[in-house]
Amino acid sequence: MTDRTRLALLLAPALVILGGLFFTGLGLTLLRSLRYSPGLGMTDPDFTAYTAILSDPGFLRSLALSLWIATATTLIAATLALAAALLLRRTFPGRALASFLVQINLTIPHIVGAIGLFYLVSQSGAFARIAHAAGLIEAPADFPALTQDPYAIGIILLYVWKELPFITLILLASLQSIGEDHEAVARSLGATRWQAFRHVLLPMILPGLAAASALVFAFAFGAYEVPLILGAHAPKALPVLAWQAWTDTDLASRPEAMAMAVVIALIGLALLAVVARGLTRSGASDAR
Amino acid sequence: MRADRLRTLAAFALAFWLVLPILPLVIWSFAHGWRFPDLLPQDWSLQAWSFALSPRSGVLESLFITTVVAGATTLLAALIGVPAGRALALHRFRGKALVTLLLLAPTVLPGIAIAFGLHGVFLRAGLAGTLAGVILAHLIPVLPYMVLVMAAVFARFDPDHEAQARSLGATPWQCFRHVTLPAILPGLMTAALFAFLVSWSQYLLTLAIGGGRVQTLPLLLFSFASAGRNDIVGAVALIYVLPGLVVLILTARSVTGRGAALAGGLRP
Repeated sequence: MTDRTRLALLLAPALVILGGLFFTGLGLTLLRSLRYSPGLGMTDPDFTAYTAILSDPGFLRSLALSLWIATATTLIAATLALAAALLLRRTFPGRALASFLVQINLTIPHIVGAIGLFYLVSQSGAFARIAHAAGLIEAPADFPALTQDPYAIGIILLYVWKELPFITLILLASLQSIGEDHEAVARSLGATRWQAFRHVLLPMILPGLAAASALVFAFAFGAYEVPLILGAHAPKALPVLAWQAWTDTDLASRPEAMAMAVVIALIGLALLAVVARGLTRSGASDAR
Repeated sequence: MRADRLRTLAAFALAFWLVLPILPLVIWSFAHGWRFPDLLPQDWSLQAWSFALSPRSGVLESLFITTVVAGATTLLAALIGVPAGRALALHRFRGKALVTLLLLAPTVLPGIAIAFGLHGVFLRAGLAGTLAGVILAHLIPVLPYMVLVMAAVFARFDPDHEAQARSLGATPWQCFRHVTLPAILPGLMTAALFAFLVSWSQYLLTLAIGGGRVQTLPLLLFSFASAGRNDIVGAVALIYVLPGLVVLILTARSVTGRGAALAGGLRP
């Protein structure tokens, strides 16, 4: 057996199955979004679905909301994760236990976190009850709306809660492989702690941080179950709007659902480029 | 030292905040009536738990289905993903960057971007609404994870050991069984546990492909939540997160260490 056949045999099953599922799924979404569906007698592809959604204020509001959710989540989670990673890298009493606890919610599915957070911060949730006991509010309605609210605060809170440990662990792995020598050299050459961080450490961990942040952005932008539980009735997050259009009894809205899925895929592809670049530049080994 | 104590305080404040959303679920699961503005339930009861664990609630059936789906997905992903991971780590070839990109794509692109089209394809293939269809769909997020982690495992494996075993007369199978497998087994086990969890956590793909006919735990959990049965939601949610916590305890050391990369698979 030559090396090439061997290689092909090793790789083929994974590539055929993954490529098959992924590209047929994506491909059919694209065809249907162009209103091409020979089974239904639609054989002339056109862009009607795209012009329809792009001129629909409801779609644009949902797109803006999802971009806001993803941007706010990514900025807050990345900043806090950077601080958490720098903290957990030091030695202090109880570090092992704290590091373990920080990982706990990695394995907790989003839907469980979303429901738990709802019981915590909704207007009749645990925080509202504590506010009532402290005499700050009289009735649930006095408590600020943090779920089903127009600014998607509940959704952002949940994503920050869930993604913070994810970015932290990626950063910790990266910090571990870098070691502390570079900073020590910078300090011995007269750099302040801030300068050593800003000009020595940060540039080294930035590619990994960018890749992790892009993953978080893509997830916060495209996840369905979290805005389903914590989101407002209107405007809906884009994935919820797309799902609603797809399951609409009026089959005419199907191509529009597909067009929304394509818009989500395009944003995902742009983020894929960021992730791929970040992984190659950070030497692939530490972030994966 | 003061700085030390400050760090301990900050770290535990962070950890507390990360565990906090689970607390109301625990309390609700033992609550018998818990109206605003009571800080704690009026009464405690095991009703939610006994209902959740009784056959009529459908929780045990869902638990079984979820386990079968995640188990089958993990097994398939290991069978297909281990060879591919080996190829990525130990071979140089043209188009390697492209293969890596194809593997990364499903981990970055939101599931909803492909779910609608995939449903159309599966409908034609008779796979929509079936267990097999859901398992295949779960391979999309699980398989890339398995391949990438196994590539990292094989990168630390020296194929010369195999050559030595072969030159001493071992058959290919003996060589795999006694040389390769023991070397990759710890990595493979951890990868499999996390792959299991990736499938275990899927919501959208199961809903889109299963069409409500493959009722995994998260789907059941959502239907109890929309029915406002908070106590049952609490019990089911705790049953649902248990395997993840067990996996985390089993692998705690490898996750803290350089294996933090594994967490990458539990992508956000």
